[in-house]
Amino acid sequence: MARSIVEISGHIIDSLILPKILDLIVNLGAEFEILDIQIGHRRADRSHARVQVEASSEELLAEVLAKIREHGALPVEGSDEPARLDAAPEDGIFPEAFYATTNLPTQVRVNGRWIEVEAPEMDCAIRVDGNAMRAETVPVHKVRKGDSIVVGPQGIKIVPLERSVPHELFEFMSSAVSTEQPKGLLIREIAETMKNVRQKNGKILVVAGPGLVHTGAAPYLVDLIERDYVQVLFAGNGLAVHDIETALYGTSLGVYLDKKLRASEGHEHHLWAINTIRKAGGIRQAVEQGIVQRGIFYSCVRKGVDFVLAGSIRDDGPLPDVITDSLKAQDLMREKVRGVSLALMMATTLHAIATGNLLPATVKTVCVDINPAVVTKLADRGTFQAIGLVTDVEPFLRELCQCLNQEPLQAHEP
Amino acid sequence: MQLLMCAPSYYGIEYEINPWMSRARQSDPQRAQQQWNSLRRLLEEQLSLDVRLVDAQPGLPDMVFTANAGLTWKNQFIVSNFRYEVRRREAPHFEAWFRNLGFEIVHLPREYYFEGEGDLLKCGESWFAGYHIRSDINAHQKVAEIIEQEILSFELTNEWFYHLDTCFCPLSDEHVLFYPPAFDSYGLEVLEKHIPDLIPVAAEEAARFACNAIVADRDIVMNTGCPRVREKLEALGFRVFETPLDEFIKAGGSAKCLVLSIM
Repeated sequence: MARSIVEISGHIIDSLILPKILDLIVNLGAEFEILDIQIGHRRADRSHARVQVEASSEELLAEVLAKIREHGALPVEGSDEPARLDAAPEDGIFPEAFYATTNLPTQVRVNGRWIEVEAPEMDCAIRVDGNAMRAETVPVHKVRKGDSIVVGPQGIKIVPLERSVPHELFEFMSSAVSTEQPKGLLIREIAETMKNVRQKNGKILVVAGPGLVHTGAAPYLVDLIERDYVQVLFAGNGLAVHDIETALYGTSLGVYLDKKLRASEGHEHHLWAINTIRKAGGIRQAVEQGIVQRGIFYSCVRKGVDFVLAGSIRDDGPLPDVITDSLKAQDLMREKVRGVSLALMMATTLHAIATGNLLPATVKTVCVDINPAVVTKLADRGTFQAIGLVTDVEPFLRELCQCLNQEPLQAHEP
Repeated sequence: MQLLMCAPSYYGIEYEINPWMSRARQSDPQRAQQQWNSLRRLLEEQLSLDVRLVDAQPGLPDMVFTANAGLTWKNQFIVSNFRYEVRRREAPHFEAWFRNLGFEIVHLPREYYFEGEGDLLKCGESWFAGYHIRSDINAHQKVAEIIEQEILSFELTNEWFYHLDTCFCPLSDEHVLFYPPAFDSYGLEVLEKHIPDLIPVAAEEAARFACNAIVADRDIVMNTGCPRVREKLEALGFRVFETPLDEFIKAGGSAKCLVLSIM
């Protein structure tokens, strides 16, 4: 059981705010206990209640706390019980009843102090180094025999994401996915967020599927890369192959993008592109040798964008840059998401969800897909600050580039 | 009674922060100016109210909706913490205006959103506050500490009625106009317990912003096109003045949104 204590103060009795919060706790599937309550005597007097919330899991507790906070219930400092630690019995094996992480900011109580868990990631364990007073998430394949791992829920504090100040679109949407939202406003605010991230020198991650090339949206992504709006790119073999095929032959899977005509022997372009890059030794080499002179990956090399290409079982080739060992790809992606403030996921199910699993909940995530299920799936995996846009990726990127080209709103200030 | 207004010199639909707004459906600047002038004339000439003006600022199209600037109380001005970035830059202009007038400026903690009279209205001995869509409940509890009055908070549950003053209008200590679907069952129960005569407004007249009326003693100013509300109010002995405000409804505001009471 996970527990936390909240305080509710103000005119909470006459306004039925207290009963409303208690009902909310129960309706969300948790339980409460009123620890103490003081009721104001006169009309203007404030009342005050301390309530313990108890939930079956840390995730549910975090959800309940975030929900009731909107109605004025604020968390009180938790108990100071230390975290229980146990040694990993073997390489790649966690101790029994290890604490499974969420992607929310988390603190752990060690040697009488709360320390921040580094690199929040869901479905990992927490490894503690008591001497250095550091704690970090660790995926099961990386744990080593004897590592100190947190077991049980004691001494763990999850910090629910607030509706933060200053306001950002990402809090207010809070994982809403809809085909009915006004996209113009959303895209404009995404553009503003991208500008803000870059002004603060933050990193933007793009995760993209091959549909981006088929739909003719690649030039917009190139535009974003060229204007320093992309620092990291995750994709699979497909995106790279289609992009390079377009750079070499003007086709994507044999179809001319500008004429929507099938090239004769066009299906071979795809395989020739792979062969050409294999011969050159890789994408960077092909760009440096002047073989690839345009496109997404040409710009990535030119602008020094970090890209990770993760392989899959259906890949043709693959290109030499594709990492076919999933765990290695995952680890490299894990390394590259450090320091990312915004993730833009477009037209990809597999890579978007894989990346969503690795991201801390504090990273703002935009998921664009023509299929609502992908967008919902990502939100359901606990990507808290996710905005979903159900739309074709080409109009999305076109409008995003237009918004980024416009003068910022601040420019109107007298 | 003193009211603060701001001319619609830079008014327009430049962003979309409530369901009424659509950049595809622009306001007509000339008509907006005419409608605002008529409202101002009505308040000054027919109701003999003292209207003060704050200078409009380029790039701040919603500054015309002065009701959201903050709350005045006993020579204090509690400045709004707007939820949306696009409106947040209005605050320093209102703050400077009230400081010049000799008001003590009060800031709420930055982490609590507060949108002034838009979400906080007095009725009888109590104040009624709307939260969740724009203002935060904890902001209102801070205001309650400052003004030492009871504030009853109501969750607003309908995005179309995003401020309390779009769905709730105190007419006197006993009478309140309100639009029931903007509240949840807890809110409705509290309203029924605290207000002797609750007058529900039908959907079509709520959408004409019948609840967004200016009340000055027995005089009430509202947008045109609310005949049923008008009839009810006249039966209760109020004088009702209608003036067209369609250009402002395009941004989700009407008469009350265009004025801030200086108390």
